[in-house]
Parts: sequence; C-alpha cells; structure tokens
Amino acid sequence: MIRVENIDKSFGELEVLRDISVSFLRGKTNLIIGRSGAGKTVLLKILIGLIHPTSGKVFYEDTNFYDLNKRQVRKLRMDVGMLFQSSALFDSLTVDENIRFPLDMFTKMTHKEKSIRVNYCLERVNLEGINNKYPSEVSGGMQKRVGIARAIVMEPKYLFCDEPNSGLDPKTSITIDKLIQEITRENNITTIINTHDMNSVMEIGEKIILLEGGNLAWEGTSTEVLSEGNELIQNFIFASPFLQRLKNMALK
Amino acid sequence: MIRNFIFHFGRYVLLLGQSLGGPRKARTYFKEVVRHMYDIGIGSVIIVALISLFIGAVTAVQFAYQLGGTLIPRYYIGYIVRDMTIIELAPTITCLVLAGKVGSNIASEIGGMRQKEHIDAMEIMGVNTASYLILPRIIAGMTMIPLLVFMAATISILGAFLASVPMGFFSGDEFVKGLGLFYDPYNVFMMFVKSVVFSFILITIPAYQGYFVKGGSIELGNSSTAAVVYSNIFILLADYLIAVVLTA
Repeated sequence: MIRVENIDKSFGELEVLRDISVSFLRGKTNLIIGRSGAGKTVLLKILIGLIHPTSGKVFYEDTNFYDLNKRQVRKLRMDVGMLFQSSALFDSLTVDENIRFPLDMFTKMTHKEKSIRVNYCLERVNLEGINNKYPSEVSGGMQKRVGIARAIVMEPKYLFCDEPNSGLDPKTSITIDKLIQEITRENNITTIINTHDMNSVMEIGEKIILLEGGNLAWEGTSTEVLSEGNELIQNFIFASPFLQRLKNMALK
Repeated sequence: MIRNFIFHFGRYVLLLGQSLGGPRKARTYFKEVVRHMYDIGIGSVIIVALISLFIGAVTAVQFAYQLGGTLIPRYYIGYIVRDMTIIELAPTITCLVLAGKVGSNIASEIGGMRQKEHIDAMEIMGVNTASYLILPRIIAGMTMIPLLVFMAATISILGAFLASVPMGFFSGDEFVKGLGLFYDPYNVFMMFVKSVVFSFILITIPAYQGYFVKGGSIELGNSSTAAVVYSNIFILLADYLIAVVLTA
C-alpha cells in the first residue's frame, strides 16, 4: 500500500497540489483522474520521487519515502515499475535488451535465466518473437506493452502508469487496461494509473481519486461513480452529450 | 552573471561527483564504454585525419613562404612544424574540432534522453543515471582522444612533408633533418597532458548541458550550442593554464 499524507506542492507562486491525503490499495488498480493541469502528473511524480513535495509525506507501507537516503531510495526503486506515457524505451536497445536492462543492472541472474524471464514477460503481454526488433520498428500499442513488460520484469510491488492509453485506439486501450489489471491482481501489486481515459475509469477503476484545481475532489470506485450522484465526478466522466445520454440510458 | 556561474559550476561539480560514484556492476558499463570508444574514436578518425593533413600542409607552406629569402636554414621548417604540431596544433585544434563533433552529439543524445523520459525511467529503476550516462563517456573519451591527438600529430607532420617536398619548397632530407632538431620528449608529454585534460572538458561540459536540459527542441538545440561554445572556451583557457604550468 502507498499512503500520501498532507501533500502540498507549489512551483513558485503557483500552488499545484493542496493538502492531498489518500491511500492507494494493494492488489487494486488505483486511478488518479482530473482535468489537464489538475496536478495528476505532479502527484504521480511526487509518489515516485521525481519531484519533491513542498510539504507532506509519502509512505510505502510504513516507510516515508522522503526520509530515505539515496542508497535506500535506489533499493526501494527496485520494487517499483513504471510505464511512461511515451513508453520511454531506449532507442539504441532492442526490445529484448530494453526488458533485460534492469536485470543486467541489478541481478546476478545468468544470461539464460534472464532470457527465460524476458521471454516470460513478453509472453505475458502477448508479444512473443519480437525480441530483436528495435522500439522504432513496432507500433505504439506494442511499445506500451513492451513498456509494461519492462516494468514488471523485476517483479515489482508497486506499478505506476502515466497515461497508459494516450495515443492508442479504443480497442488497444482496453487491451492495455485489462493487461494492467490482470498483472495487478496476479502479483498483488499496488498499481497507480494517471489517466484521462474514461473507459479506463469505468472498466478498471477499483479505486479512483479525482483532482480538481489541486484539491482532492472525490474518492471512490467505478460503481460509486454512477450510484453516488456526485455531480462533480459525473460531469467530469460523462462530459460529452453523447456520454450523458449513455449514462442516462444505463441508469434507466 | 557571477551567481549564475557559481550555480552552474556547483551543479557541474556535484554531477561529476555523482557520475564518478562508480558502477554497481562493472560489466554493464563495459559495453557502454566500448560503444562510446567506437563512436568517439573510430567515428572521428576521418575528420581528424583530414583536418590534421591540411593543417600540417598549410603550416609547412606558410613557413616556407615566411622564411624564404631569410638567413634561417630551410630545414628549420621541419623543426617548426614538428613542435607547433606536437605542442599546440594537434591537441588544441583536434579537441576544438571534437568539441563540435563529439560534444554536440553528447549534449543532444543525453538531452534527448532527458526529454524522452529515458533518464526518468532509469532513475525509477534505481540506476545512478549520472554515472551510467557520463562515466563510460569519460573513460572512452580519455582513452580515445589522446590516441586521436597522437594520430593527428603524425598525420599533420606527414601532411607537411607531402605538401612541401614534392612541390620543391625543400628537400626530403632537409625536412627530416629539421624534424630531428632539438627534439625534446617533454613536448610529447605536454601533448598528452593537454589531450587528456581537453578530452575531460569536451566530454563533461556537454554531458552537463544535456543532463539538465529542460523544455523542447529549441532548448535542446541551445544546450547543444552551449555545450560546444563552453567546451571551446574552457579548452582554450585550460590550454593557456597548462602552457603556463608545464613550461614554468
């Protein structure tokens, strides 16, 4: 579990996050949603230590991340996997080398053991046989899946996904969402997803937090979105007239 | 301006400290060192050879012209070309050229990795990114660039010979006699000292510029330009300081 306590973040005069306190649950897909500029990416980066908060604490289980020294942070990060919006695959490395990279850096596994692990991860994301291709030679959706394979290769306890569906067609988005949810459940991972995608919210939102103007505006599950009658979350998720009609039909 | 300089200098020193922190696993760095040795060394052979050839040729022809009609023996041209090449032209010109070629490449490669979140990805994995990205380049640069400088000095002297002797400015014997005149191995030592110091400058300054780049393609272009400009300035400054220290 990851717990955030009283996080504030300002960039100069600009207050981006105000007094955010929330828990992200183990074995569940936790979603951070909100409009552009609401502070989602900043919150995600604070959770993984790429941006330091102005004040507040981030607990990984019982350990405050911001009390750790550099060595302890590096050790903790071996339990963290991250899928970037751009996939962030290394251009000069093949798919195989990209996934193998953390194993090369941090494990004492033999070449054969690494190959078995890499192939398992590729199979897990349904991408067998593309080991020797370069990231530029595969599609955006495949790059995302390679990104997931790299994120899980070290068997992380925490998985962070920054806009995993951006730039993907709806069908591929659903595949990615399902894959992340399955991996989360199988491995009992604490998964935190930063997303704009309303399909994701309704399909895999086991815990959802809505940020609005830097504040925590709503917290709940995808089923509560429809039942609770919270206007703010409903207006955000069912923003277009088409989605409003669909929601009304569903409620009927 | 002074505050800005102190800020950047302090951050540069901290980055160097972090990058010299050493690898978790030496084997993972070895592959990177070899890759950069190839890029910096083999990738620069042709440009360095061409520039050295012409610099040697022009130096010889110019001195033949300058000394024409004077009482100075013509074989002095070989001596002048040799010492100018070894002490100054080979290390300094080669490294100024490499600051443009290798330096801009390092700044844009590392800067591109920063912009495409590759560095963030490595940080999250727990990699010491400063060390992984900069240390192999420093090792590769400080190994290959002195060799390139040595090659440049050799080709430059060869260029002087080829441009002058067949054209009849002086005979081959005169040139060879001049080359052996007042030979001091200390000058070769000075050449290697310069090339090691310059290579450190032309690797680390661009690495710093790339590592901390922010924004988009314009900022990346600016960092690449700044990398070359600052590398050149600091190479020339170091050239002066080394000359003062080693000839005192």
